[in-house]
Amino acid sequence: MTASKENWGSRVGLVLAMAGNAVGLGNFLRFPAQAVQNGGGAFIIPYLVSFVLMGIPLLWIEWAIGRHGGKFGHHSTPGMIARLGKSHLWKYVGIFGIFTNLTVAAYYCYIESWTLGYVWHSLMQTFEGMGAPQVAAFFHTYLGNDRNTLLNVSPQALFFFGVTFFLNLWILSRGLSKGVEMAAKIGMPLLIIFGVFLAVRALTLEAGDSGAQFDALAGLNFLWEPQFDSLSNPKVWLAAAGQIFFTLSVGMGSIHCYAAYLRENDDIALNGASAGFMNEFVEVVLGGSIIIPIGVAYLGLDWIQANVGFSMGFQTMPTLFQNWGPFLATIAGLAWFGLLFFAGITSSLAMGQPVMAFLQDEFGVSRQRSTNIFGAVLLLLVLPCIFLYGHGAFDEFDFWSGTFSLVVFALFEAVAFSWVFGIDKGWAEINRGADLKVPHFFKYVIKYVTPFFLLAVFLGSLVSPAGGDWGGAFSSLFAGNGWPFDSGSVIGKLFFIGVDDTRWFIDGEPSSVFIIAMTRTLLVAVFIGVGIAIHYAFKKRTQE
Amino acid sequence: MTTSALITMLIAWSIIGTLVVRFFIKILTIKSEQ
Repeated sequence: MTASKENWGSRVGLVLAMAGNAVGLGNFLRFPAQAVQNGGGAFIIPYLVSFVLMGIPLLWIEWAIGRHGGKFGHHSTPGMIARLGKSHLWKYVGIFGIFTNLTVAAYYCYIESWTLGYVWHSLMQTFEGMGAPQVAAFFHTYLGNDRNTLLNVSPQALFFFGVTFFLNLWILSRGLSKGVEMAAKIGMPLLIIFGVFLAVRALTLEAGDSGAQFDALAGLNFLWEPQFDSLSNPKVWLAAAGQIFFTLSVGMGSIHCYAAYLRENDDIALNGASAGFMNEFVEVVLGGSIIIPIGVAYLGLDWIQANVGFSMGFQTMPTLFQNWGPFLATIAGLAWFGLLFFAGITSSLAMGQPVMAFLQDEFGVSRQRSTNIFGAVLLLLVLPCIFLYGHGAFDEFDFWSGTFSLVVFALFEAVAFSWVFGIDKGWAEINRGADLKVPHFFKYVIKYVTPFFLLAVFLGSLVSPAGGDWGGAFSSLFAGNGWPFDSGSVIGKLFFIGVDDTRWFIDGEPSSVFIIAMTRTLLVAVFIGVGIAIHYAFKKRTQE
Repeated sequence: MTTSALITMLIAWSIIGTLVVRFFIKILTIKSEQ
């Protein structure tokens, strides 16, 4: 086994890399959408409570598991989780830390490449003179899915993906301090500068200014008006907890990996809290101050409530920037898609590192070779996401890898850390070398509250009822009419609830159901493959 | 903006912003002491 001699170059570099791991496209595109779809101010309080009771504890748990595992030469989750309990089966819980990073990186890199493509188009002033329908349609032209064919991609989408793909691999091949850390030290400050510029421009928009119909502050008002009755709505809590998950990149194995390169007595309490709060600054202060205020200023609150979503970032924002004149529109486009690109690449690098670390630690593979292997597997996995984008493959990756598996892994590791490894040892691990006094009540939060929260999120996502109507669902159940599963719940997705035609072939052509089934088969195959790799790695370790 | 929205926003922004700044100052201060 090759003992990794990699280290972080500086503490600031480590914290920026960890923050970069967390800060991603979701800070600017998913948070605003979730907040608006869940009532604005109704969402904020459950969101902040989830951050304190689930987010921060999970960050500390993962940093602690990582640094502890790193002591034994493990920089990926199979070995780390194995060190928490006596049973040899615990290492298989670590499958998630490799599987999730591999499969999320596949489609995430593709989205990241769109932001690079749009930086290019912003600089080339492609959107100048385009109306809203043309800008929206351009997104499908860019992706190449404006044709009604099975396989669809455009040359430019492939080109920008190629550039993004090789850039990721090149940075990863340079190692931790000269690659990942350097990228974070450049990308994160630029992201914040671009974000502050756009937020200031957004918040100073008034009705009548540069074509704005409404005051931008009306959007902020909607986001921050507190609505305490949301505290009793399970749907809002689930959405808020889910967003905290997403935004902090917990449950993936990437935080563990970065923390594993720390020395035994290096601080994790202050470092972890810094990275977490920096993510919240980018999400709540910057992310909440760009797309919603600008969107409301030009399109009105009603339009935003009906239409806000991920695609607004690509299909609507370029149109809105055009109101600021060609020069400022170009700068705004560069800033908006530039910050999305930096947010994306610092996150995708964090997904590559654990996979490479697993290969290096457990199979003695060199850094360059591990980069090549990661790249090859990523390329295979991204193909359905690129070529079958409009047929559901992409969404399957996003749901099973990017949403569900995070929750499952986080639940396992929270229980393993607090109850198997033991909260006394875990608490000592978090506080060893700490440069921040962690309030004592967090010991009880980590042991009791966080696992309970996670169990609630897990069960909620498993059985969430149609329309988020939990009251109606229980009434239906007690009336003997069964539980109305939402089509987006885990049960709903597994059994294609809400899908009328589940045939695999329709008129001789493979249906979306077929493509979804094949995508699920691929994901299961990757999961099992990672399990087999872990089995052989540990067999090798035992024999040595 | 309504007063309650403004107060909620300013409380959240100031807690998050203050903690981020304090944490980074602490990191840089400890670094220069080492």
